[in-house]
Amino acid sequence: MNEAKSVLRGQALSRSFGFGKAKFYAVDHIDFDFHEGEIISIVGTSGSGKTTLAKMVLGLLKKSSGEIYYMGGPLVLRSHRDMKAYWNHVQAIFQDPFSSFNQFHKVEKLLADCIEMQGLKLSREEAFAKMRSACSFVNLKFEELYNKYPFELSGGQMQRLMIARIFMLGPDILIADEPTSMIDACSRSTILEMLLKLRDEKRMTIVFITHDLGLAYYVSDSILIMNAGKIIERGTAREIIEHPQADYTKSLLADVPKLNEEWKLG
Amino acid sequence: MSAETLVVRDLYTHYRTRLGENVYAVSGVSLTLKEGRVLGIAGESGCGKSTLALSLMGFYFPPLHYKSGSIVIDGTDIMAIDYETLRTQFLGVQIAYIPQAAMNALNPTRRVIDFMADVVRVHQPGASDAEIRAMVEQRFEALHLPKRVLPAYPCELSGGMKQRTVIAVSTLLNPKVLIADEPTSALDVTSQKAVIKMLRDLMNEGFVKSMIFITHELPLLYHVADDIAVMYAGQLVESGTADEIIMGAVHPYSHALMGSIIVPEEGMKDEKLKAIPGAPPNLKKVLPGCRFADRCPYAEDKCRLGTIEERALGARRYRCWREPEALKEIYSHE
Repeated sequence: MNEAKSVLRGQALSRSFGFGKAKFYAVDHIDFDFHEGEIISIVGTSGSGKTTLAKMVLGLLKKSSGEIYYMGGPLVLRSHRDMKAYWNHVQAIFQDPFSSFNQFHKVEKLLADCIEMQGLKLSREEAFAKMRSACSFVNLKFEELYNKYPFELSGGQMQRLMIARIFMLGPDILIADEPTSMIDACSRSTILEMLLKLRDEKRMTIVFITHDLGLAYYVSDSILIMNAGKIIERGTAREIIEHPQADYTKSLLADVPKLNEEWKLG
Repeated sequence: MSAETLVVRDLYTHYRTRLGENVYAVSGVSLTLKEGRVLGIAGESGCGKSTLALSLMGFYFPPLHYKSGSIVIDGTDIMAIDYETLRTQFLGVQIAYIPQAAMNALNPTRRVIDFMADVVRVHQPGASDAEIRAMVEQRFEALHLPKRVLPAYPCELSGGMKQRTVIAVSTLLNPKVLIADEPTSALDVTSQKAVIKMLRDLMNEGFVKSMIFITHELPLLYHVADDIAVMYAGQLVESGTADEIIMGAVHPYSHALMGSIIVPEEGMKDEKLKAIPGAPPNLKKVLPGCRFADRCPYAEDKCRLGTIEERALGARRYRCWREPEALKEIYSHE
């Protein structure tokens, strides 16, 4: 994997909240390096700083110190225009599919926005063809959906529609912040398969944030374990799950119910 | 043979929309819950798991309506009892419910102890503050919950602690049946373990006689439940012990559901997940035949005719006309 180019790199990146005695670091001077066409999982319990890190990478939250490098150059987001340009390359899926869409727009309009965002001028037929192919990528039928509002869809369908949007935009980096925690196990496997497909077909770098080591193991190439703002352990998915080194990783692994092993409640 | 705490026979309930359409969310569910056992209910979103849980409490608020069937708790048919008696003498005392979102179940403007006092006073109007306090403190000790929670407001507690507090409130009056509706799906794995441990303690200490545990997380269900019932489109398609269902599901739907299990164990990485194609049927109209037929890879014309009756296989039950051997044969060729 060494020849793959670095897409996103963090150097001593940190974010603190509060002042004086109450000051604490949600993300505490961490370094990371994400390569092209790689799925990286960030795993940790609630409050470990996973989402803060994601927000900083997305430019939604200012960093306290450190540096983020995007495609080798330092990331500078001074104006809204910079942000918009950056978001053409970096996109996100969030936990709650219900709040990810404008509830007043129909599916057709939601997908058409992506074409507009790319600055393309397409005829209605061309736009429809593009939307149809995006929907078929995520196993949705465009004909059944285009006239519906988001609240008429199930959580799994909405999350897939979100991925259809990502497919149309074709960003370099996708930040998936717990995309499967609000949908059931069955739609979850569909979502995971689609993330793998995005990586394989579009060479997208995906940062997958989760608290479930099972999902991380299945979907990712490498895993970062986070606790209290620090990276406790990092390695390939196989190394982390099959031969965990840090005690924290071991305890996290023991908390997940498994099939062939007894689950000790302590 | 232990005593049966909850027996449900042929329960039919439906929702009525504003347009006057009926959505048949639970149709013909029969189940038996024995004392000291945990019954797990598994299924996709929208299959009627939560509606079943609400229906079992005998409370029917529009748009949810009751059609037919019996719910017998410890020998009493709760459908024959009037609303007020049910509320004061059954709910919380005989049957209790833990909702999915604990955050919304606690009153944000009241302290936990006041909230618990309210619950006790509905059932024991004469209880004094000191009595209630002693009772609650004793229970918190038994369940290894910190006492600092009592004078706190819900916003001061973490998600896992709120969920455990809600469980403590629900089970304060030692219900015979506890219904836990996805109590851990909003929590991370570490808090999930704490909640499960607490539920296990409740059963071991005898505060709760038996439990219905609803979730879509199959590995979790495997460890928590003694028996599992798989629900699809308002019906139970298969039921049996946890080992039987997880390790050797017979019904095509339960079999397909097992394909979605993800665990951090060696070998999982090389496995291919199998998602079930299509979406669950619209329950506004009841289709003849097997409800899973449209998504079943092994469906034939025969599946779409008449009613598919439940069949017994020892103590297990499943809803498919094929013989279990024939189904196992099909699965072995996959």
